[in-house]
Amino acid sequence: MMAEKIELTRSDRMSVAWRSQFLQGSWNYERMQNVGWAYALIPAIKKLYTTKEDRTAALKRHLEFFNTHPYVASPIIGVTLALEEERANGAPIDDTAIQGVKIGMMGPLAGIGDPVFWFTVRPILGALGASLALGGNILGPILFFVLWNVIRMSFIWYTQEFGYKAGSAITQDLSGGLLKDITKGASILGMFILAVLVERWVSIKFAVELPAKKLAEGAYIKFPNGAVSGGKLQEILSQQASGLSLTKMAPNTLQGNLDSLIPGLMGLLLTFLAMWLLKKKVSPIVMIIGIFIFGILMRVLHIM
Amino acid sequence: MSIIAMILVVIIAFFAGMEGILDEFQIHQPLVSATLIGLVTGHLTAGIVLGGSLQMIALGWANIGAAVAPDIALASVASAIIMVKGNNFSTSGIGVAVASAIPLAVAGLFLTMIVRTISVGLTHGADAAAKEGKYQTIERLHLVGILLQGLRIAIPAALLIAVPASAVQNALGAMPDWLTGGMTIGGGMVVAVGYALVINMMATREVWPFFAIGFALAAVSQLTLIALGAIGVALALIYLNLSKMGGNGGGGSNGGGSGDPVGDILNQY
Repeated sequence: MMAEKIELTRSDRMSVAWRSQFLQGSWNYERMQNVGWAYALIPAIKKLYTTKEDRTAALKRHLEFFNTHPYVASPIIGVTLALEEERANGAPIDDTAIQGVKIGMMGPLAGIGDPVFWFTVRPILGALGASLALGGNILGPILFFVLWNVIRMSFIWYTQEFGYKAGSAITQDLSGGLLKDITKGASILGMFILAVLVERWVSIKFAVELPAKKLAEGAYIKFPNGAVSGGKLQEILSQQASGLSLTKMAPNTLQGNLDSLIPGLMGLLLTFLAMWLLKKKVSPIVMIIGIFIFGILMRVLHIM
Repeated sequence: MSIIAMILVVIIAFFAGMEGILDEFQIHQPLVSATLIGLVTGHLTAGIVLGGSLQMIALGWANIGAAVAPDIALASVASAIIMVKGNNFSTSGIGVAVASAIPLAVAGLFLTMIVRTISVGLTHGADAAAKEGKYQTIERLHLVGILLQGLRIAIPAALLIAVPASAVQNALGAMPDWLTGGMTIGGGMVVAVGYALVINMMATREVWPFFAIGFALAAVSQLTLIALGAIGVALALIYLNLSKMGGNGGGGSNGGGSGDPVGDILNQY
């Protein structure tokens, strides 16, 4: 009897894609995402293998160590589905081949997923939402939630389909131009937006007053000592409108002087300091606590 | 807080806990969870503002490989509860709630590690089930894992709700002005750490000029974040196209000696 070719339908693949969203659910220190990975593939395993021996073997091989960025697991799942399908139809694909594809893809893909999703898309959408939210605008959280999930869901579905259709050929494509462009484009946009965030949202304001500056002749309004006539008053008002100071002395603050260099300079320096400390392996949490203590100190000393 | 609000807050906490590990829908991000808690307790605007403030701090927090980031799920849920119970929705009230989130985020780390260790047991259960071909057992074990992650936040949230509101208010009221003021100052600066994390991850010699352009343009306060985003996208597209026109020699990977961030990440896997 000729066996019919068993194929995974679109709805099988959708069911796998849906379950892949729970990939990290039982994340553990031994084999990390392994149970979640098996959980995602179960609909396909059930469809492809009917005997108990085959199912047992399939479950075992998909409970091996696995860990990558949760969204870029989707193209790997796609490729695995293609390989399992061929295997179920009699192609000589052994366990090592399947495990090899999984391990071979998870490293490089995580190297793309982490910077693109965690360090570009989420900070940008988060900052967009948060800057609206700080004004109490409900659109902030809604925009963040909707945009993020549209991007994420389309990504996991289309890359899984891409992996499924490309099969093992995808492994060669990984070093190809498109993914490189995406990563580079994302890091350009990310660096640009980060600079904007540093400038706009790291807030350091000195409360220190410096000795007042004496203004040059002509930079302030000279008030006559006696009574003021209508014409003189008009002159004084127009001088004020054109921006002349009312007093001889201009108030002078440390913050004002810093801002005249470029606003946000101290925030930039603090960010650079934090980057340097991170490179020296200082824990971010230690830094955060340190900054709070520093803030309290500055407040007590009336410097900020 | 009414009984219904309390139950809803615990449910939100449960979802935030599950999402804290799944990292898919982003319900655990402060922008979403603090807003939801604000919504069900009747303090929507304060919840949104708290969520926005915490989100700014947590922008660069991410679970990379086996490393666990500070627990933003516990931090945002608990600080939202503290804000609601403290009954102070002014800038300083929100500032104190933000500051209280930091130690909570650290405490949450240990809870995460405990659950991730317990889940090792689930893996061995799944191994046994696989030998028998029992896929339903594997599915159930996986769901237990997710459930545990939900409880990781729901239980502390319920405990915090059980503390009488007056106790929370007294504790917050007992804080002197220099402490709350200082925390607000610290809160303004602390976001730099999150940005530094992200910058260290992305920076190469090639992309630093874009940082400079961004910083200079951001000083023009008339440009909104959306306008700046449009400029950033345009710059990235222009750069990619131009570097291709320059032929293979020029545009390639000349990140140079400044270190390859992608390579560093790969080493962790």
